[in-house]
Amino acid sequence: MPIIEKEEVIKVAHLARLAISDDQVEAYTQNLSHILEMVEQMNEADVEGVEPLANPLDSTLRLRPDIANPDIDREAFQAVAPSTEKGLYLVPRVIE
Amino acid sequence: MAWEVVIGLEIHTQLATQSKIFSTAPTAYGAEPNTQASLVDLAMPGVLPVLNEKVMELATKFGLAIGAEIGTTSVFDRKNYFYPDSPKAYQITQMDFPIVIGGQIDIDLEDGSTKRINVTRAHLEEDAGKSLHGEFTGQTGIDLNRAGTPLIEIVSEPEMRSAKEAVAYMRKMHALVRYIGISDGNMQEGSFRCDANVSIRPFGQEELGTRAEIKNLNSFKFIEQAINYEVERQAYILESGGRVIQETRLYDPDKGETRSMRSKEEANDYRYFPDPDLLPVVISQAFVDNIAKNMPELPDQKKQRFIDELGLSALDAGILTSNRELSEYFEQVANISKQTKLAANWVTGNLSAKLNKENIEIAAAPVTAEMLATVIQRISDKTISGKIAKDVFEAMWNGEGSCDEVIEKKGLKQITDDSAIETMIDNVIANNPNQLAQYQAGKQQLLGFFVGQVMKASRGKANPAQVNQLLRTKLQG
Repeated sequence: MPIIEKEEVIKVAHLARLAISDDQVEAYTQNLSHILEMVEQMNEADVEGVEPLANPLDSTLRLRPDIANPDIDREAFQAVAPSTEKGLYLVPRVIE
Repeated sequence: MAWEVVIGLEIHTQLATQSKIFSTAPTAYGAEPNTQASLVDLAMPGVLPVLNEKVMELATKFGLAIGAEIGTTSVFDRKNYFYPDSPKAYQITQMDFPIVIGGQIDIDLEDGSTKRINVTRAHLEEDAGKSLHGEFTGQTGIDLNRAGTPLIEIVSEPEMRSAKEAVAYMRKMHALVRYIGISDGNMQEGSFRCDANVSIRPFGQEELGTRAEIKNLNSFKFIEQAINYEVERQAYILESGGRVIQETRLYDPDKGETRSMRSKEEANDYRYFPDPDLLPVVISQAFVDNIAKNMPELPDQKKQRFIDELGLSALDAGILTSNRELSEYFEQVANISKQTKLAANWVTGNLSAKLNKENIEIAAAPVTAEMLATVIQRISDKTISGKIAKDVFEAMWNGEGSCDEVIEKKGLKQITDDSAIETMIDNVIANNPNQLAQYQAGKQQLLGFFVGQVMKASRGKANPAQVNQLLRTKLQG
């Protein structure tokens, strides 16, 4: 009995914008189920009194001063874009 | 059927920084498209976010101002969704460990009472870019100047019970962020905007109704209109036996209605997780204490001081502290003129009316605090009457010079010489024998008529109190 259903696999693939064909769904369902089973074992660990861990590094974030650098080469940045006009990046129309 | 309205607000406030939250690109408004989008904002491969320390300072300041707990360890998470205005395909925000936890503000209700609204949390996040539809056939233009702009999202408890309360809360929050200087609060430029969660339920029911979220309201007027429309819409659905569906809606100010944003529906599964590019942010107690020590006087504290120390009414004190610039202007006028009550009347009256009429901010008023203070001094030293003072104010507003210059140039100095006033009174009495007879026969209310005639004869310049007193004596015969 897989932990994850086919419908969930299809939904997750869609959310991640991954194209998977119908015959791949079964394989992914099996694979992801195995991974989740492995992860499930961690739920058995006793974490009573253990602080949640947001990052495995034993360090905290370094901050930078609030100084703006206006040196931005738009032309160079946009040279790699498929389509630009009037300084804007153009993308397929987004209907709202 | 009468429904109870339940509203919670999420206010997005742009923090007043020079550079973005995770990049050094400038945040100035109105630049040419994409000239303020750095490699980090564009999500080029290999770049990493570096947090702006100013953002932590401003967020902490806000938390202290609303009496919240400061999250001394806060964590940034990724909120995943695909949309072209967010090139990373996720927004960096805070989910489980926000910087501001709890807190509250008190809002003034129309009946004069106050109501406490609790804040659930406020977290830091980055803004998205801007999409421009319509200009390009079959395509959408993307400007990423806004992408990465620091925001603090202030989430309220669902404790507001009408559109008016929601507006009062929003106004109070707006005044507060400007008072403490964490944001310019410019609503036209998108620095202060909100999403409203609106639901209704039968009175007495504990359980909340299904809510709709109205996105991106950027004016006090639209918030009120949008909520009122939404309440009507939900009541109509429920009363016709239907069910409200939970969804995101957009307010169309031209049509005065909200409509469903279906495109947002499927994206409502954001799969948050801690951003591995950013370590937890730890701020020290000393950092927090230092900000607390340098906190400016808050609007509510100032209001109370105006009432206690200056003897103003709660109403006047409330209006005068509704924004920081107005309160500072008033304090300056009051300090120079030493006439607190008159200063309050002028600032809440003539000055505010003029600002409203011309739709300008107080900083742009042609009559400065010093100039207005002189007018008030000239009223209290009896150089001019209160009525003439309004003409002087008008002339100063139109750039005709200082108070004393206007009085001199226009010959507005008040007539306080008894004999001059008596001459005018004698003329008025001589010209109105009928009214005199009636007055002496007992029609006392004609006194007002005589005062008016004398004031007219003096072209408003006679001291009204003297006119009154001298007239009474003369009219007795």
